[in-house]
Amino acid sequence: MSEARSPALALCDGLFPGGHDVRAEGLLLWGSGRTADGPVAVVGTREHAAIGVDLAHALAARVLQVVREHPGRPILMLVDTQGQQLSRRDELLGNGGYLAHLAKCFEVARSRGHRLLSLVYGEAVSGGFLALGMIADRTYALADAQIRVMALPAMARITQIPIEALQELCRSSAIFGPGVDNYARLGAVEAVWPRDALAEGLVQALRGPAGPDPRAALGRERGGRTLAHDVVQAVLQAA
Amino acid sequence: MSSERPDAAAVLSPQAARSFYEANARQRVRGLFDAGSVHEWLPPSQRIVSPHLEQLGQPRALDDGVMIGRATLAGRPVLFAAEEPGFMGGSVGEVHGAKLTGLLERAARDRPAAVVLLLDTGGVRLHEANAGLIAISEIQRAVFSARAAGVPVIVVSGGANGCYGGLGIVARCCDHIVMTEEGRLSVSGPEVIESQKGVEEFDAKDRALVWRTMGGKHRYLIGEADGFARDTMDDLRQAVAAFFDRPVPLTLEAVEREHAALGRRLERFGAAPDAVDIWSGLGVAEPRQLPLLDTEAFTALADRVKERGDV
Repeated sequence: MSEARSPALALCDGLFPGGHDVRAEGLLLWGSGRTADGPVAVVGTREHAAIGVDLAHALAARVLQVVREHPGRPILMLVDTQGQQLSRRDELLGNGGYLAHLAKCFEVARSRGHRLLSLVYGEAVSGGFLALGMIADRTYALADAQIRVMALPAMARITQIPIEALQELCRSSAIFGPGVDNYARLGAVEAVWPRDALAEGLVQALRGPAGPDPRAALGRERGGRTLAHDVVQAVLQAA
Repeated sequence: MSSERPDAAAVLSPQAARSFYEANARQRVRGLFDAGSVHEWLPPSQRIVSPHLEQLGQPRALDDGVMIGRATLAGRPVLFAAEEPGFMGGSVGEVHGAKLTGLLERAARDRPAAVVLLLDTGGVRLHEANAGLIAISEIQRAVFSARAAGVPVIVVSGGANGCYGGLGIVARCCDHIVMTEEGRLSVSGPEVIESQKGVEEFDAKDRALVWRTMGGKHRYLIGEADGFARDTMDDLRQAVAAFFDRPVPLTLEAVEREHAALGRRLERFGAAPDAVDIWSGLGVAEPRQLPLLDTEAFTALADRVKERGDV
């Protein structure tokens, strides 16, 4: 190839030193790679894609194809999304339905024995991250990835809390501010994968437990989310 | 949203005829579920509140803006949640979200006849941004757990805040959504789209545009909502009860049907500039009159032409 590999495909080279056929179709990434533990399907986005009705539907088609053609094959979501597509057209057509459909396709895959992992290698933001990324059994991230609900200046504007106060709170609490470290402390990111050990990270993750949603307990253990787990347990035990 | 309601008030008790839209969370619970059947979990007296709002000097609610518990509806045991429209826009923080997740996990364990979620929310509570977003993902997983246990999860959207943000996605992960004309269902709200993309993209002050793009009638017509009811407690109770014993198993076949239906919607209406064009394409003869139709006339028309996701 004459041109340099795109960041997403270079990432796949690191994840799958044994080879892969991941390719970009527009903003969608798709294919499979070889690992020490067998083939892994890849479904993802690139270039900070905004996920609207068309992209969500295309991603769902790829998930369904994996389920039909490769029963039980683990699926790795490669996440780089600026969030849901903010447009009148997408909401007119029901973007919630399309994003939910993508999540349901992943859920059906899970229920049929597919391990679901996700790796945030670019951006991960709100609605896009809900349907692609956080739906996984375990979510991982690169150290320089960006995870957020909203940028701090916009949060300050909408909540009418001075940005200095929010910045101060970011230092003492993982709840408010953007960042991989905060999402790790809150239990939503299982671990950060170093760029020079991507294949090792993936194989370790494939060998880890699938199990029920671990995030609230993890957030408590790491001290980032002190209440979620206990409140869930209190509801389960309430007389 | 003043629609004519000539047939309702005369025959029903004041409580039953009462507006869901106008009521707060606790009034909605009293109005919808069987008298004397409501039992709340983690009630305000336990003071399980948000620690994050206190840090920010914001007012707190003793139930963190959501009431959860068990009750009966039409004699059947259900678990319920009701978001309080008047507290921080019904938004989801750490405690609020965990109450919903716990309720759904409890439903997966105890297998009531249904879970009824009265959602009335702008989505993530920005004051607890990360914890709110993660909580919504946990709610989504718990919805799937309840569904896997065969418990139908039924959403009602008929409140002042609509059902927006991440919960707009979660609502569509449930078995059924019942909407009123006053309800709205979307991911990005009008103000968010306008502030990020400009007033040319979405004029949030154009209320008619908001309702015909995100409101109950449009959502019902394109198959994003499964039930449509008049804005009274009694009508909503009946509309919810109609979905008891109708869990939708989340199978490969079911999502493949949905995939085909959503693909058809993109093909048929992907280039439609406005809801009116979609309604016209569905076969509504006078689409501009549709917002004016009362509930009875609307459902009679809609049930002939609406998009179906399940066939």
